[in-house]
Amino acid sequence: MSIPVLKFDAVIVGAGGAGLRSAIQLSEAGLKTAVLSKVFPTRSHTVAAQGGVAASLGNSEEDHWTWHMYDTVKGSDWLGDQDAIEFMCRKANEVVVELEHYGMPFDRTDDGKIYQRPFGGHMSNFGEKPVRRSCAAADRTGHAMLHAMYQRNVKANTQFFVEWMALDLIRDEEGHVLGVTAMEMETGQIVIFHARATIFATGGAGRIYYSSTNAFINTGDGLGMAARAGIPLEDMEFWQFHPTGVAGAGVLITEGVRGEGGILRNSSKERFMERYAPNAKDLASRDVVSRAMTTEIKEGRGCGVNKDYVLLDITHLDPATIMKRLPGIHEIGLQFAGVDCLKEPLPVVPTCHYMMGGIPTHYSGRVVMPQGSDMSAVVPGFYAGGECACASVHGANRLGTNSLLDLLVFGKSAGDSAVEDLKGGRAHRELPKDVADRTLARISALDNRKGGANVHETRLAMQRTMQDHAGVFRFSDMLKEGVSKILEVEKAARNLEIKDKSKAWNTARTEALEMENLIEVAKATMISAEARKESRGAHVRDDAPDTAEFPNGRNDAVWLKHTLFSPVDNSISYKPVNMQPLTVEPVALKTRSY
Amino acid sequence: MDRANYERLRWRCIRRALLELDITLTRFLDGGEFDKLNDEQQQAFVELADMEDHDLWDLINGRAEIDDPRLASIVTLLRKS
Repeated sequence: MSIPVLKFDAVIVGAGGAGLRSAIQLSEAGLKTAVLSKVFPTRSHTVAAQGGVAASLGNSEEDHWTWHMYDTVKGSDWLGDQDAIEFMCRKANEVVVELEHYGMPFDRTDDGKIYQRPFGGHMSNFGEKPVRRSCAAADRTGHAMLHAMYQRNVKANTQFFVEWMALDLIRDEEGHVLGVTAMEMETGQIVIFHARATIFATGGAGRIYYSSTNAFINTGDGLGMAARAGIPLEDMEFWQFHPTGVAGAGVLITEGVRGEGGILRNSSKERFMERYAPNAKDLASRDVVSRAMTTEIKEGRGCGVNKDYVLLDITHLDPATIMKRLPGIHEIGLQFAGVDCLKEPLPVVPTCHYMMGGIPTHYSGRVVMPQGSDMSAVVPGFYAGGECACASVHGANRLGTNSLLDLLVFGKSAGDSAVEDLKGGRAHRELPKDVADRTLARISALDNRKGGANVHETRLAMQRTMQDHAGVFRFSDMLKEGVSKILEVEKAARNLEIKDKSKAWNTARTEALEMENLIEVAKATMISAEARKESRGAHVRDDAPDTAEFPNGRNDAVWLKHTLFSPVDNSISYKPVNMQPLTVEPVALKTRSY
Repeated sequence: MDRANYERLRWRCIRRALLELDITLTRFLDGGEFDKLNDEQQQAFVELADMEDHDLWDLINGRAEIDDPRLASIVTLLRKS
């Protein structure tokens, strides 16, 4: 079968913040650049980011990038690479000012500067007191950012392929990346995008969990494609969770609900936080609350048929107060839980929010992987930025407003690196003879398989397994069992059957292809989490508790290292954390406490 | 609405920027509510689905109202779905 080939200097997969920022660099350098996206660019999940973007502009009070760097290293629980963190924090002002020049409508101070507000974990003078560092556009920062960057790309003649899904990474025998295969959804046509530089900006993969704040689009397509091409995934055990998402839906219930007097209860209506945090009770920190909720559920005191959620009760509060102080909560209860929260408690569960791990990259945006004794050899022609990449700046936990900064800085640096690498006129390398074989085999298997697994049921089995076995608070026995279970789900995911065989707008096929990506992420997460026998940042294990010898359960002597999961044989290797910043003294190890 | 147009619309409803809309719109389509609409109402739904995510979610969540009665009646249905 002859497959059409489209030639570009650069192909970017994903049109969220990182993809659009990369594309600006490439197109403005005069390179012929294609951006592929499953949806119209301004429908990317970056739109959901409300908090703002961190930059030590110092517009509202004194600030410095070294303070921002300190906060980010500390937030990462010292797992973040300090060279990458310095790079990001130093670049922050530049990328925010550029964004302003692209037309981003930032909130302003009275004297016309970018207004900055405080955000959790961002402090002045190396952790002394909160600092105003977040730059926002009302509560639509991500949305405004995408619009500004999309317009800039239109001006720069970036070619958008909207409602196209990239399917597989093309690598030749020497390991060079030469582009992707992709499917046009409107026709079902498979096309080869042959490129001199390939940039992944495919965002997160929160849909591996049953309860996730991520939109349905976050199916880890870039990670799935990288894994199928033999590229390892880094630090996949680290996922950020919010304590209170609506059970079964994932829609976030603001922490303000507990601030206004909301009480968490188990199946016997007990206010269980009194046992876990006698003083702070329901207002204890996020991780303490999440851990308590998970323990209640694990010990059989959860609610509902499956005993898999707890209740958030505000029925004792004055309805007028709820409607005034917690706008939207009443509607969210009705819409997503079928519950009138003025009369009944809301079902809630710790909910997955952000993936700290991803495709391993250098801070230049170049993808790296072990080769011989070099743990970080560049994969020629391949770049990544944003949530799908692991630079690693977030380490074991991400600070709020650093995700939008990540996608601006590393989107830009991936684009810059590609421009630099292509300067010498690097030609298109010859496509391998079997260039599209894997993709065609996957499509053909889906079209012809009989008696295979149902996509919806397989996805649900994966999500339940991840939620129960590798959630916000982890137990050794559950993780071990989780590894066996997820490998079982993987068998089903490799044996999917779809009923609809049509070519055009076959969403059943698209969802099956997404499932094949999700399972790679889920497997990497479960196996990496089982292997790391300490608690650090967002990875918290029952058998690695807070002790005098190991504060917070963190064991630097053994575990101050990045996990690399190899999808080829499901094996784990480790590489050192880069503790050496580019120009300043390292942030020395200490216990992370706020 | 022919199959291709319906499937295109469905894709644009089940892959939104905001999870809230993914859930609400998927439920409306896959739960059969869309099929119960007449042609004019279906066209109104398509117009709503074309809106920016935050604007549409504000309408459904009751934080904003829309003057056009054709669209407002569909928003009412979405709020109940």
